[in-house]
Amino acid sequence: MSASSLTHSEVREIPLSERGPAPRNVVVSFGFWLFLLSDIVIFAALFAAFAVLSHETAGGPSGDDLFDRSRVLLETAILLASSFTCGLMSLAVEQRKLIPAASWGAVTFLLGATFVGMELSEFHGMIESGAGPDRSAFLSAFFTLVGTHGLHVSAGLFWLLVMFAQVLTLGFRPMVLRRLRCFSLFWHALDIVWIGVFTIVYLGAH
Amino acid sequence: MLGKLSWAAIPFDQPIPMIASLMVILTMLAVLLLVTWKGWWPYLWSEWITSVDHKRIGVMYILLALVMLVRGFTDAIMMRSQLALAAGGAQGYLPPEHYNQIFSAHGTIMIFFVAMTFMVGLMNFVVPLQLGIRDVAFPVLNSVSFWLTAAGVLLVNMSLVIGEFARTGWLVYPPLSELAYSPGVGVDYYLWALQISGAGTLLSGINLTTTILKLRAPGMGYMRMPIFCWTALASNLLIVAAFPILTATFAMLLLDRYLGFHFFTNEAGGNAMMYINLIWAWGHPEVYILILPAFGVFSEVIATFSGKSLFGYRSMVIATMAICVLSFMVWLHHFFTMGAGADINGFFGIMTMIIAVPTGVKVFNWLFTLYGGRLRFDAPVYWALGFMVTFVVGGMTGVLLAIPPADFVLHNSLFLVAHFHNVIIGGVLFGAFAGYTFWFPKAFGFKLDERIGKAIFWCWFIGFYLAFMPLYVLGLMGATRRMQHYDVAGWQPLMLVALVGAIVILTGIVLTGVQLVVSIRTRDQRRDLTGDPWDGRTLEWSTPSPPPAWNYAVLPSVDGLDAYWEAKKSPKSRLQNDPEPETISVPRNSPIGFVLAFFAVMAGFALIWHIWWMAIAGLIGALMTILAHAWRVSDEVEYIVESEASRAAI
Repeated sequence: MSASSLTHSEVREIPLSERGPAPRNVVVSFGFWLFLLSDIVIFAALFAAFAVLSHETAGGPSGDDLFDRSRVLLETAILLASSFTCGLMSLAVEQRKLIPAASWGAVTFLLGATFVGMELSEFHGMIESGAGPDRSAFLSAFFTLVGTHGLHVSAGLFWLLVMFAQVLTLGFRPMVLRRLRCFSLFWHALDIVWIGVFTIVYLGAH
Repeated sequence: MLGKLSWAAIPFDQPIPMIASLMVILTMLAVLLLVTWKGWWPYLWSEWITSVDHKRIGVMYILLALVMLVRGFTDAIMMRSQLALAAGGAQGYLPPEHYNQIFSAHGTIMIFFVAMTFMVGLMNFVVPLQLGIRDVAFPVLNSVSFWLTAAGVLLVNMSLVIGEFARTGWLVYPPLSELAYSPGVGVDYYLWALQISGAGTLLSGINLTTTILKLRAPGMGYMRMPIFCWTALASNLLIVAAFPILTATFAMLLLDRYLGFHFFTNEAGGNAMMYINLIWAWGHPEVYILILPAFGVFSEVIATFSGKSLFGYRSMVIATMAICVLSFMVWLHHFFTMGAGADINGFFGIMTMIIAVPTGVKVFNWLFTLYGGRLRFDAPVYWALGFMVTFVVGGMTGVLLAIPPADFVLHNSLFLVAHFHNVIIGGVLFGAFAGYTFWFPKAFGFKLDERIGKAIFWCWFIGFYLAFMPLYVLGLMGATRRMQHYDVAGWQPLMLVALVGAIVILTGIVLTGVQLVVSIRTRDQRRDLTGDPWDGRTLEWSTPSPPPAWNYAVLPSVDGLDAYWEAKKSPKSRLQNDPEPETISVPRNSPIGFVLAFFAVMAGFALIWHIWWMAIAGLIGALMTILAHAWRVSDEVEYIVESEASRAAI
């Protein structure tokens, strides 16, 4: 029996796993969720490399010498705030309200761009002072881990711009809504990774 | 303008690579000319290259794997003939730097582009049919995955003609693979080819995992899934969890080589052993990514040809998932000699022995399925029985190597080479051929020639024992792997036996081509008109051979294991209760996979040769392709087949 021919109360009796193919939006979100998990495995490998190499400063500067923790705390606050505004954007999208959605999207973009800008200026300062990624294994691991996160945020910013264009040209059609949902999953996942970066890389610096 | 690329990249002074590359180029030109002359381009473009049908994509994966099998085997027989000659003072005909490229290319090609590609192809073809659904979760992404794999294949083969391949072994261990010791483009070819094809594999893993977990025919709960789908699920979960480690590790090595980072270098605090840990944290799950689908094939084949349901289905599922988890806990047994200490080596040795337990459970389940069955001796059964004998031998030598003290003696010896060929040929490759023979009639509507099929099996079976049993002995006598010549003249007789074995296997490979040609020419006598040529048990045999693009006009509804078998046996039980729908939506073809692969090859080649403008152009091209795809609106994405037309097409 296919689920579609059953009444609502009968559907409840069939176990979820036997109800036939899931609807498209569930499939897309689940597939993207799996992709995020695989992305987090990439970060796991980079975290492992950082943990192994964090003492290998090769006579160069250590994290304690280089990091400005209050500045990184501000970066963290900005990124977390962008996650909050991204959530507000999602709520507005659920209600199909274009102006609030676009406004919160714009705030999210600005916060994300500020985060990337601050990270770039931190990197720039470090490289200027001779603490670039080729200085020591510790710095290689640092730049790769934090830089990969920054690259993800930058890709997210580009994606957000594309979604602006998609909403404006295609409207809130199901395809666009699915992509917006995937975008918010992506943006929140980057926050989770950053919590790890902030804790292990910056607070754990020695 | 052209980076490191110049005429010096083409090995005019080395006759063997020159002849090999000329042959490859001439074969490719001949194929292209034939296709042009026959006017097949429109057909190929619309029916295959842009196809997003999981069955077509599966067939293309397997075709790619068979072509690469020939390439990888050419390397193999060159190594065997070199070692048959290079005894005592003799140097053979392959100079060391060329020999090093050959064993590196052989391993890379056989694992990534033969075993992996073959298994992904089988899973692509079979899983949606067995689940009773119309396609995978993301059909267009599936095409992208395939073409990215093909892009990796193309880059590896380009290295034959332009430049060189890695000389570092198939896993490019640093510090040898670092810029200081491998300044050429060989390692870069390896890294970029595998980054591109690895991305394809990861996407394919996400796709198939989503398909199995979210799209099954109504009524097909987890414990009603065919066992091949379970093994495919375990394999794809491993892909999702393990391939990102490979991507990250290669990315770190690339940063070392391109931007002067110090992850694995000897200087500035780099740690080469970290690479070896990371690569095997991917590499050991990879072994199970390959073998688990093969276990699934054998389970299906043995149950079908015994005319019985699989013995211990539940324990088979548990064993599969146990292997899936345990496979992440044994990686260190690849390098006990790292010297991590007795405790760590002891732990990983014991874990390795434990992972043999679920595998043993499986072997007993197959034996008990055979027991009391009426076994029909068709070609797929030959592969299954040959596997059971061979794989047990390989598994036992594996458990032997799991004992750290024994491993210290046998590490990097030919004993190890014999062991992993024993499980990969006797397990994965036999499984691939069993699946190929078993599902061929489903894909094309006619059976492969039985007599030649059995001859192919005997060639591989006998050839394998002749080629690798001597290597076990040689390994115990002290012969190491990756040696280009040896002083002990007493090893030569066994090396000659191994060469004879390789020649017997060669006969099997040639016969595979013969079988295909003979079967196609006599296809009218061997048609499968029922859709069920082997008296099958699972849903794929309930649809015509070859199945229509949408697989099932009405999704079958399932109320137990072996649903099709039960439906055949009891007249009351029916697979389909609903009337046929008026319309069926089928995803529209898309060239995005092919176009993306084009830009991937362009960017990959440019990065290998440091042609930066071309790399940027390739990346922008890929980005533009994705953006263009993102604006395809839904009524362009799927087209509707009228039900009447669909019935007429069947």
